[in-house]
Amino acid sequence: MAKIKINGKELEVDPKKNLLEASISAGFDVPYFCWHPKLGSIGSCRQCAVVKYRDENDKVGRVVMSCMEPASEGSIISTDAPQAVEFRSNVIEALMTNHPHDCPVCDEGGECHLQDMTVMSGHTTRRYEFEKRTHKNQYLGPFINHEMNRCIQCYRCVRYYRDYAGGDDLNVFSSRNRVYFGRANDGVLESEFSGNLVEVCPTGVFTDKTLKKHHTRKWDLTTAPSICVHCSVGCNTIAGERYGTVRRIYSRYNEQVNGYFLCDRGRFGYEFVNSDQRIKKYFIPGATEGVNKTAAFDFIAKALKGKKIVGIGSPRASLETNFTLKQLVGSENFSTGLSNFDYQLAKLAVDTLRNGCVKSPSLKEVELSESVFVLGEDVTQTAPMLALAIRQGIKNLVKPKADKAGIPQWNDAPVREIIQSAHGPLHIAAPVATRLDDVATTTYYNAPENIARLGYAVAHYINSKLVLPSGLTEDVKTLAGKIAADLLASDKPLVVSGVHCKNEDIIKAASDVATALKEAGKSVSLSLTFEESNSFGVVMLNGKPLEVLFDAAKTGKVEVLIVVENDLYRRLSQERVDAYLSQFEQVIVLDHNCTSTTKKASVILPVGTFTEADGTFVNQEGRAQRFYQVFVPESDTAESWRRIAELAAAIEKPFEASSFFDFTSAVANAMPQFKGIDGIAPPPDYKIEGQKVPRESHRYSGRTAMKANISVHELKPAEDLDSPMSFTMEGFQGEAPSALTTSYWSPGWNSVQSINKYQIEVGGALHGGNPGLRLVEPAAKGTYYQSIPDAFKVSSKGLVAVPVYKIFGSEELSAKAPAVKERSGEAFVALSTADAKKLALNEGDTVEISMGNQVTSMNVIIMKELTEGLAGISVGYCGVNPELSEVSFKK
Amino acid sequence: MLTAEEIHEIKEEFHLYPYKQAACIEALKVVQKHRRWVSDENIKDLAGLLEMSAEEIDSVATFYNLIYRKPVGKYVILLCDSVSCYIMGYETVLQHLERTLGIKYGETTTDDRFTMLPVPCLGTCDHAPAMMVGNDLYRDLTPEKIDEILNSYN
Amino acid sequence: MERPLTKNIRPDGKPVFIKEYESLGGYQSVKKALKMQPKEVTELVKKSNLKGRGGAGFNTGLKWSFVPMEGEFEHKYLVANGDEMEPGTFKDRLLIEGDPHQLIEGMIVTAFAIQADEGYIFIRGEYTYAADVVAKALAEAYEAGYLGTNIMKTGYKFNLHLHTSVGRYICGEETALLNSLEGKRANPRAKPPFPQVSGLFGQPTIVNNIETLCNIPHIINNGVEWYNGLSLTPGDGGTKLFGASGKVKKPGLWELPFGVTLRELLEDYAGGMQDGLKFKGCLPGGASTDFLVAEHLDIKMDYASVAAAGSRLGTGTMIVLDDKTCPVGMVLNLEHFFAQESCGFCTPCREGLPWTEKILRKIEEGKGEMKDLDILQFHTKFMGPGNTFCALAPGAMAPLQSALKYFREDFELHIKEHKCSWK
Repeated sequence: MAKIKINGKELEVDPKKNLLEASISAGFDVPYFCWHPKLGSIGSCRQCAVVKYRDENDKVGRVVMSCMEPASEGSIISTDAPQAVEFRSNVIEALMTNHPHDCPVCDEGGECHLQDMTVMSGHTTRRYEFEKRTHKNQYLGPFINHEMNRCIQCYRCVRYYRDYAGGDDLNVFSSRNRVYFGRANDGVLESEFSGNLVEVCPTGVFTDKTLKKHHTRKWDLTTAPSICVHCSVGCNTIAGERYGTVRRIYSRYNEQVNGYFLCDRGRFGYEFVNSDQRIKKYFIPGATEGVNKTAAFDFIAKALKGKKIVGIGSPRASLETNFTLKQLVGSENFSTGLSNFDYQLAKLAVDTLRNGCVKSPSLKEVELSESVFVLGEDVTQTAPMLALAIRQGIKNLVKPKADKAGIPQWNDAPVREIIQSAHGPLHIAAPVATRLDDVATTTYYNAPENIARLGYAVAHYINSKLVLPSGLTEDVKTLAGKIAADLLASDKPLVVSGVHCKNEDIIKAASDVATALKEAGKSVSLSLTFEESNSFGVVMLNGKPLEVLFDAAKTGKVEVLIVVENDLYRRLSQERVDAYLSQFEQVIVLDHNCTSTTKKASVILPVGTFTEADGTFVNQEGRAQRFYQVFVPESDTAESWRRIAELAAAIEKPFEASSFFDFTSAVANAMPQFKGIDGIAPPPDYKIEGQKVPRESHRYSGRTAMKANISVHELKPAEDLDSPMSFTMEGFQGEAPSALTTSYWSPGWNSVQSINKYQIEVGGALHGGNPGLRLVEPAAKGTYYQSIPDAFKVSSKGLVAVPVYKIFGSEELSAKAPAVKERSGEAFVALSTADAKKLALNEGDTVEISMGNQVTSMNVIIMKELTEGLAGISVGYCGVNPELSEVSFKK
Repeated sequence: MLTAEEIHEIKEEFHLYPYKQAACIEALKVVQKHRRWVSDENIKDLAGLLEMSAEEIDSVATFYNLIYRKPVGKYVILLCDSVSCYIMGYETVLQHLERTLGIKYGETTTDDRFTMLPVPCLGTCDHAPAMMVGNDLYRDLTPEKIDEILNSYN
Repeated sequence: MERPLTKNIRPDGKPVFIKEYESLGGYQSVKKALKMQPKEVTELVKKSNLKGRGGAGFNTGLKWSFVPMEGEFEHKYLVANGDEMEPGTFKDRLLIEGDPHQLIEGMIVTAFAIQADEGYIFIRGEYTYAADVVAKALAEAYEAGYLGTNIMKTGYKFNLHLHTSVGRYICGEETALLNSLEGKRANPRAKPPFPQVSGLFGQPTIVNNIETLCNIPHIINNGVEWYNGLSLTPGDGGTKLFGASGKVKKPGLWELPFGVTLRELLEDYAGGMQDGLKFKGCLPGGASTDFLVAEHLDIKMDYASVAAAGSRLGTGTMIVLDDKTCPVGMVLNLEHFFAQESCGFCTPCREGLPWTEKILRKIEEGKGEMKDLDILQFHTKFMGPGNTFCALAPGAMAPLQSALKYFREDFELHIKEHKCSWK
């Protein structure tokens, strides 16, 4: 630690930090633009000027940029010396010479870092009296709006987009005061992480286009801490609502999970909440227009009384919901809602992490890894933020080169210059090209069986006692040897795999590689991806796979089925689901959006999406995380767990639990594997200074007027008995515990940059610790699976389907969001060049393909990386049979 | 589409640098040598050849004033507008050029023969005013001299 | 008076190629240096008091000594900075076009001193003739075995390439030049790390000005004592190419000892002002130096004396302002240049220079107000050293701040008369 002095205050700081970080961490307000905790310093904006003194006797000092000065021993600086204050104000004045001052019509207004810094710098009067430079804006796709005139040229966008996220279609053009940030031509930004530009840009150049369509100022949003529902990573988010519609999602900082960022699916997939496919009424037989709640429950009470009830839960529903359903129907009659195949696969992955000896890393730990081996996943499509973390991790092994040359790691441009394009090893084995291939050391495109075999070969080369698969080519052996050597050469290797190849042996092979590395003394971690937001949780909860219930129906009593937040047609073939559902007297479906399953329901109960519900998800790391209801919708929706409890009461089997906390506690108490999940956020009676945590800012406007068209009397605000938060602006307006962060704000800091104020130190943990609870920790000793499959053989019956996931399109809920839908494209079948030739098919052809008895119309695309004999199927797309099998074609 | 000759010349430049992306400026120069200017299509073609994105190439191309991203005439007149030429009266020369050619800075004659651009100091200040036409340097300019010079370019 | 740098240069300016160069004693220093230890060469150059001729005036040998001589590197690079774009400067062109092998010889010796194996001669794009000359000279030098993998059969390896640039003044800044050589936008880099540690492609690199490098053979051949003896100023070794442009009788370029006076340059060499004109001031070393005026005519042209008078020796090529040229117009021309040439990276330069230019234009067009002078004055401080990312904007402020000091009444006259009285 280095002793330094800021404004006369003696501090002990990490000398590896710069003086800007040290100042902000110590609570001093120093304005900045180009520096970002994740991007480091470049010294371009000149906004963070402070005065640095040679020693105690130096009373004059000199102006320096605090972001470019190390916090070295003995540094003495003043952040409020007059020359620094004046210079900072002058920098703002200079930036303002071309800024259009269009705050009233700018989407960033009210949470604009430029506004904050302008106020902070004290610059008020403008002397510039000439014309401003103007630019043309570009169309950048459905997610991002572009307004270049507002640009203050901090270069953050290109540094984030290119250097951090690995995108190459955003850049800076021209020079002098004409510099322009955008694409070469109008067009969709290709990066899956483009949405972070909205938060990275300190002003309104890049704004959220979905927000723009229903724009609301930050201070007018009702916001609550949430968890992303669009994949298994469980990024922390804040969702904002006004007038009954959700207006946007932005990142909620969690050092261990998503840090500052989100993927575009997570940020822009939310509009399924506002969809016209939302179920807002109760439906019972014979009432096509819907009925009220009383009528619905009257019907249910009669129809269900004394009937045998079977329940199907869902990997996209909360632990509380699944648990409550399981309680209602009993373990024997409860399904996790996964097909047998998917359940066994997910269970294998969960068990591997629960019983194995290798740690499941947080994304932060992934960022700290040094070498990476990915088996069977296009991580960017299946767990996007994990891919972004891997991108950072592979830089670790080469970073010491900068240390050796005396270049601090925060000094971004020189670090990248000395490292050049070098990075640590990243080996990828997948059936198709992946979106991390641009930084891959090696890529191996092959059938799932052969990927598993490569994995086993790697395990063998790490631990020679393990079996080397027979019949491998010399090339594969050489590759496996290289991968093994690379993983062994680093202290922190990371193995990544998951369920998205729909192949157990790949997960087993990945586990064996990780276990072998662990036994070799490495700090190895194993990150496995799952399909949905609560796949991990629902598997831990135990339940039957769908087919077990289906089979039971063939022999046992079939009376009432309750399906909660699950579209069974995405799990099993239409034929099987149709047959199953048709057997019941009543099919009761609880969901928030219309699905193929709700179409078959006799009774539909509307339930809340993640923004209208409290709940707990377990992410792919095994971390239990809480999401909270954002607002009380006008239509009668409630959390599924509450609906199930109401239903139970209607049939006179009431639960003791009533509030959300009761249900969470019930899960925690009933099942030891969930011990502690009731403690991951404060209980509902928690208060700060006698007050609840408000979901609305102290500047929230229009509350007495916004419903005046209905009644001039201000309606009584809804009460929240489930959480320690209020639905209004009443409550404690200071910093709440990290799990209850409803928005980021600090006096003078209205933008997301105020996150600085919520952290123990800049870029570090949140005050009071990062929210969430890890439910799995590695065992001391692991075992090997050693289940080596036979090599892939081209089938004579047809092409073998392999799943191909797309970040936009494969996921159920986001696909209903218009912006994401625009990016999804149509269902496709991917063919190898050889097979396409054999079948006389060309890119863009439309074909009828059949898997099982289900026929789907698909577009043909050619993937040259695909192995002959395989057909890549766009899983999750509308109409695609979830049961993959041999594929036959009809042009 | 880049011609075989262009591709060959660009690939020759790869040898001078540790990786081919570093030859980006050389590649732009080659294209410009053959086509007078660099079009959007050329940028895309170069992107393929250098394994860079169009944005990466254009970011570089638009930084430099001697890479032309808009069509130019057969000969580019670079008239120095820096300080020594200012003192020595380049403005008279400019006016004469403007009148003779009927174009201003940044414009191209209707016969596509000349494009006139300003250029910073040409490093021949003891013979100001100065200009270049194509690759040729002309110094101690006077209106009379200009007529003679322009006539020598067809 | 010895003129080592220009002694070979022919009156007609036609280049001296290898046969003639060798016959005039060329490449002797390579033979000599290759027999020395690299560190000895560096030490010799350090002691010679050769200072960088690109404008900064840093001891060349000292600069070389920061290159790590231990440790493994993929490459070490030497780059000759021939991006001569400082307005009013025309010295490197002469050296490249007139005596290319002198430069190559200097580079071979320098490369040996820092143990560089790869080198580039970076020449601005407009110097088409100079590029042709260098290309031919390089081919000759390879042919003769002075360059390549086995230089003069000593086993020493040094490959030297020509790179012609595509514009932008900022390329003359050594780190921006490196970015440009890497095929990138020529934004300057943060220092530290200095190029000696992490330069071209992240490898140890020395960037030296053309004129600087041309001195090296003579130091090696004739020794430190001789070299220091060329100068009238102790501490500034060697000769300097001095030049004059503007309305003097004989504009030109002369190799002279450090320590000649400004008056000697103006009157003896440049032949004094053109008839009917008076000397009003000059920028002694290119566009980014402060004005000197009549009271300074007797100062010595060396680094310390010019600095003491409030300016910089810079490139040593002065731009003379006469009494019939509008000083506001001249400064406007300069600031227009600097505003155009800002790379757009840091705020004060990118935003401040166009603002400065606009105010100057306003004044020159007779629309100025007195408060504009305060804003100009403010900018000279705002874009001062340390406030900007590189030296471009502080350099741009040098002529402005000194013009406001020496020619303030001329600015005020524009404002009071609402016109430019020089037109």
